[in-house]
Amino acid sequence: MTSIATAGASVTEQHAAIAGGRPWQRWVLLAVGLTVALALPWFVYPPVAMDIAAWALFAVALDLLLGYCGLLSFGHAAFWGGSAYATGLIAIHFGVPFPVAILGGALFAMLLALPIGYLSVKRSGIYFAMVTLAFAQMLFFIANQASSLTGGENGLQGVPRSFFGIEAVETDSFFFYYAALPIILLGMWAAWRIVHSPFGRVLVAIRDNAPRARALGYDVERYKLIVFVLSAGLSGLAGGVFAVSHGFVALPELHWATSGEVVLMTVLGGIGTLWGGVIGAGLIVLLADYLASSGFDGIGIVTGGVFVTVVLLFRRGIWGTARHLWLTRRRRVGSS
Amino acid sequence: MNAVLQYTVQGLAAGSFYALAALGLAVIFGVLGVVNFAHGAFYMLGAVAAAVLLDTLGLSLWGALIVVPLLMLVFGMLVERLLVQWLLPLDPLYNLLLTFGLTLLLVDLVKRRYGVSGLPYERPDVLSGRVQVGGVGLPVYQLFVIGVALLVCLGVWLLMTRTRVGMIVRAATERPELAGALGINVGRWVTPVFGFGVALAGLAGVLAAPFRAITAEMGSDFIIILFAVVVIGGLGSIVGAVVGGFLVGLVEAFGQAYAPTFAQVLIFVLMAVVVLARPAGLFGREEATA
Repeated sequence: MTSIATAGASVTEQHAAIAGGRPWQRWVLLAVGLTVALALPWFVYPPVAMDIAAWALFAVALDLLLGYCGLLSFGHAAFWGGSAYATGLIAIHFGVPFPVAILGGALFAMLLALPIGYLSVKRSGIYFAMVTLAFAQMLFFIANQASSLTGGENGLQGVPRSFFGIEAVETDSFFFYYAALPIILLGMWAAWRIVHSPFGRVLVAIRDNAPRARALGYDVERYKLIVFVLSAGLSGLAGGVFAVSHGFVALPELHWATSGEVVLMTVLGGIGTLWGGVIGAGLIVLLADYLASSGFDGIGIVTGGVFVTVVLLFRRGIWGTARHLWLTRRRRVGSS
Repeated sequence: MNAVLQYTVQGLAAGSFYALAALGLAVIFGVLGVVNFAHGAFYMLGAVAAAVLLDTLGLSLWGALIVVPLLMLVFGMLVERLLVQWLLPLDPLYNLLLTFGLTLLLVDLVKRRYGVSGLPYERPDVLSGRVQVGGVGLPVYQLFVIGVALLVCLGVWLLMTRTRVGMIVRAATERPELAGALGINVGRWVTPVFGFGVALAGLAGVLAAPFRAITAEMGSDFIIILFAVVVIGGLGSIVGAVVGGFLVGLVEAFGQAYAPTFAQVLIFVLMAVVVLARPAGLFGREEATA
């Protein structure tokens, strides 16, 4: 049975994913990615550009867990939304510059991830998905109840965008994008470093054959817990940026639909590719923005339809398919 | 004492919906290995179908209790044939994702057609009012729900343990390879079993129609609690699903009565305790997990 994490990718493709292709390919990709990231607010409405960047990091964080450790979390809204609330509360009550608040939010997400992860990594596969989902929803109920702190169904209003008194950043979404982008890029770089470290190799070993990894002396549950907490921290960075960018935190950020949305982005882009999540996030955010602005009120019909189609017909995702085509072409050229 | 009786009945009534739907979830998981995320949406469709049939054809609750599960059976079999079956040979997580997408689709379709405000549903006069038991007025409808749920659970249990079909399905659930080796065509049961599980969710929906607000979102919290139920009872265990369902219903009712702030959280605390103490669930067997 093929694991969802490899989505039918051949060993060569998986190797390419880990090695990141040849050095020049890596630099080209990096240059293209950076250019797109820097140019984005010129082409799309800056708040939407910020949404894309935040969701992209969120999807990369999920892929770190799903693609490189084989664990499908259906509860990542807990860390995205949990950090959004924590970031918002820190920004409101302490008036610190927003990067500090976001860092606090990410730390809070990691703290949350410790008990949730500890309980969840006891199971794998479908059980892991269900247990993470249930615990995340517990957090949703708690946030709804604790309305004196979180604002309940009204959400957390008035999250300030304090940034060392630089007014352009604090008031203009265009400049705010450039002030917050380093946080997103830092998170992505961290994910990339984790995947390409010896620690990342152990994760892949656990994903592919957990009993063997255990027999080799690796404490499988501990590795899973560590990557779970790291993934939660990166999701927290993304959620914090999202909260500051919007200036308020809504209760649905914690709902399971949010967990599902980030899974959709990752699967659409391609599981186990890191880059794929960025593409998936960009497409879904733009699609949602387009549908919302055209007055169509059944976005679930479209995203649900995309989900069903991708899972049935297109399991490699966009980046996975591109990589598959590239590698088969190269092999054909190489053998002739 | 009176209050305890009242909360017990209330909890068992709420638990009846969980037990019926979780039973369907367990049967589907047992035979297909699929965790059906759309189970909450199917429950919602059952309730919406009952309301629409009452409104358009004047079909009473009694009729709906028969007709809607049959419709859901057919619908479930279609979903299995058209969508779910293609992913059965792959990682079971794919079908979780597929049914998740299906949920988004169904919920928003219903929302667009019937709006976000609840649909009305009048319960039959016979089932309204209260009955006096030991000086406590218990709502007739709650007792009726508990009765129906117990009957259906008993029926499914008899079907599973006393009939040939049940034995085949159990064999297919517990040892698919061995059942196949003994000449049982396991694949033949996949579609009807999926339809049957969906019909149980639909039945729970019909029973909930006069009791809960009928909205497109009514399955959205339901499915999460259902997941907690099967994690507590043990995924794939039929007894575990029923016991877990009633247990969670009771926790919910007593929680709401004595600690309303923590009522919903209590269920997940219970789940956490079970995961810690017995990772396979109360009635689940410890499988070889990687």
